Amino acid sequence: MDVSQYLEIFLDETREHLQNLNTQILELEADPEGEDAIKEIFRAAHSLKGMAGTMGYKRMQTLTHDMENVFTEIRNGNIKVKPDMIDVLFKCLDALEEYTNNIQTTADEGTNDNEVLIKQLNQILNVKNGDAPKVSAPEIRDSVVLQDGEKWDNITLDDSQVHVIKEAVHLGKKVYGLNVTIHESCILKAARAFLVFKAVEEMGEIIVSDPSAQDVEDEKFDRDFTLIILSDAEIENIIRAAESVSEIEKAVGGVFELEKNKHYKASSETAAAEPAEQSTIQEHAGGAPASVAAAEVTVQQASAEAASKPAASQAPAKAEPKKPASGKPVVNRTVRVDIEKLDSLMNLVSELIIAKNSLVSASSQEQAAANSSFDEQIEYLESVTTNLHESVMKVRMVPIESVVNKFPRMIRDLSKKLDKKMELYMTGEDTELDRTVVDEIGDPLMHLLRNSADHGLESAEVRAQRGKPAVGSIFLDAYQEGNNVVIEVRDDGNGIDVEAVKNKAIERGAITPEQAANMTDKEIIGLLFLPSFSTAKQVTDVSGRGVGLDVVKSKIESLSGEVEVKSTLGEGSTWIIRLPLTLAIVQALMVVVGDEKYAIPLGSIQTLEDIPPSDVKLVQNKQVIHLRGTVIPLVYLSEVLDVESKKAAEDNLIVVIVKKGDQTAGLVIDELIGQQEIVIKSLGRYIKQCKFISGATILGDGEIALILDANTLI
Amino acid sequence: MDLSAANMNLGLEVESAKRVVETIQYIVIRLGDEQYGIDIRNIDNIVRMQHITRVPKMPIYLRGVINLRGEVIPVLSMRLKMGLANDEFTKNTRIIVVKLEQEGNVGFLVDEVKEVVTLSMDEIEKINYNGTEDKINLINAVGKHNDELISLVDLNAISLDEN
Repeated sequence: MDVSQYLEIFLDETREHLQNLNTQILELEADPEGEDAIKEIFRAAHSLKGMAGTMGYKRMQTLTHDMENVFTEIRNGNIKVKPDMIDVLFKCLDALEEYTNNIQTTADEGTNDNEVLIKQLNQILNVKNGDAPKVSAPEIRDSVVLQDGEKWDNITLDDSQVHVIKEAVHLGKKVYGLNVTIHESCILKAARAFLVFKAVEEMGEIIVSDPSAQDVEDEKFDRDFTLIILSDAEIENIIRAAESVSEIEKAVGGVFELEKNKHYKASSETAAAEPAEQSTIQEHAGGAPASVAAAEVTVQQASAEAASKPAASQAPAKAEPKKPASGKPVVNRTVRVDIEKLDSLMNLVSELIIAKNSLVSASSQEQAAANSSFDEQIEYLESVTTNLHESVMKVRMVPIESVVNKFPRMIRDLSKKLDKKMELYMTGEDTELDRTVVDEIGDPLMHLLRNSADHGLESAEVRAQRGKPAVGSIFLDAYQEGNNVVIEVRDDGNGIDVEAVKNKAIERGAITPEQAANMTDKEIIGLLFLPSFSTAKQVTDVSGRGVGLDVVKSKIESLSGEVEVKSTLGEGSTWIIRLPLTLAIVQALMVVVGDEKYAIPLGSIQTLEDIPPSDVKLVQNKQVIHLRGTVIPLVYLSEVLDVESKKAAEDNLIVVIVKKGDQTAGLVIDELIGQQEIVIKSLGRYIKQCKFISGATILGDGEIALILDANTLI
Repeated sequence: MDLSAANMNLGLEVESAKRVVETIQYIVIRLGDEQYGIDIRNIDNIVRMQHITRVPKMPIYLRGVINLRGEVIPVLSMRLKMGLANDEFTKNTRIIVVKLEQEGNVGFLVDEVKEVVTLSMDEIEKINYNGTEDKINLINAVGKHNDELISLVDLNAISLDEN
């Protein structure tokens, strides 16, 4: 079967499942008894295995299969969750991720069998089994001994089924359990199963099927299924009837005793803790030992699969008799769309907005009064395009969750590696950002978190001395602020040692001691963002390789965002990242300098001021204005942009006050045009040197205006 | 030159080139008194002179950017690149939009677009010249057409140098 067309879906879903597993295993570590987490893990692992199998990735399938075995035992309460076990499981997830990455780049899973991991997984199982080691590698599956009694003893029953069985026993009917295994080479499993159902139904009544009859019909089972039957006939006859269907490998049957059913026992909580003896059942099983060849999918797994299918009517009751349907994830009504299609949609919207702008400018040039209904239509068009833009933008927005979800796992690993106790607290994971931004933001955030963990948080002894809690805290908060999204990485660690940074900078020759003496703390902290600057005395493999904060900064700036640091020595530091909600279309102020038009994004503008020339003062030979208690340096755009200003010296200055973090500057312009929605276009690869031009936009009349990057002018 | 491969991304012009494989079509442009040929396969578009938005802090030959159907395209002065006097804009002035391998679309200002000529390979003489003068390096061959000489411009060399 050609599965290449499903590759993308496979990769997407595998990533989702892996992320889910990471999250849930973390939860399991925190709460080893957490039933919901175990169920969710089980479900994800099972889906992963199925998907890998379908796509023909055998190694991946083998590994997930062995993981699943472990999860099965955990779920059944046969193994207790231990820290070293969690480590192994995480390593397995890493291995799976490696497979996934290989598949993404080469469409092949690679050749790493991860035997060590599989061995470790099996050891976990062996510990539980004590002297009778259970080898779960599929190659040797014939030696697998199902130790927990017959399969029908593992079937979960709901109240009504229990009632029916009790009733039947009361009426003197015989209740049998029957496990049918279909031959491995069978192609039409569902059809064979149907024939078995039919044959059995001629001799009695099927009250329970596991997987459910519907699932069996849909071929949603592996190789075997288990039935509970009410019948007057002898079990041997029923077995014979089932085996008479071709391609049935074997049928195992015996008397079903409600008291021996695990789930019945568990749910009624009345049965004695002593496990039932198995000898009687084995007699009834026609001498067949309780070895079941198909260890591939145990009944528990099959029932879990059934539970994951909301369509199966019995599913909720089966999975969790006590609280049905509680732990089921809400199914999102979503459509996967290729990001390129969204890009082209966005481009079309951009074109539409440009066309709209040209209509607006055309209508204002004509005698506006001439045709008021035309104006009305233009206004209507304007509101429609604005809404359209917003909707398209929203479609492109994804929660940052997909990126930050991997951080708890990372912090856990760091905590072990660095031997520091730390906890990550995240808020605002549902904050949404443009898809392109979200894709890029992961690495910078990861770097800041590593930084906090490695350099920020002190060692346990120092924390104790300072009277801080032994467990260090790292916070990741995301929230929306106007047209920006703010992401803060905060820790309660040592903070930035300004003196150390200063000494380091002098040592590195980045600044002279004289310069250092004149620098504010803020400026010195800013030195951290210089390339190849690391203050860690020891280079660890976590951070401190000297590539880092400068990369963080340039990455964020390439996304039109900014980074800011606030730090108090001894109390911790906060890294603040501000990002624009979208990259493609922004509101901007159109201004005129000389005879050229420029756009300044509204996001960076604070106020507009009209300043008489007499208010301009000189400080350190720089022109400044004094505005509401702050001194703001002036930047004459005509000088920066090499154009002749049309303003006379005695005219009032029109000043656009722009801000970057808490720095401000006043941009002196010639004329204001007004606010406009602009579409940001790249200047192309040919023009790259101009640092204060961030792009261009096409105006209503088809002319191009350049977009000023106010951040670089401050 | 591997024509069959180069033909792949041609537009309609290729149809004629296919029939007589060993010829190349050039657009002949005029700069001052000199004539230059540009391989037609590199050309995306020829547009009339329009308002060029200046980009500050750029080298002098980079005149600015234009809007070509919603795309922002940088425009270079071919005259300045060739070491000639600055452009004088007339009604014949055209912007030739060329698709470059690395930089995408780039416009070149020329004084006039004259004609399309078809040169067979034996009318083209390659220049293997490694002189010091920039201007020569931008010309990779000379074509003979009706007793006139046409300098054939290597546009990729133009875009690479000094940038």
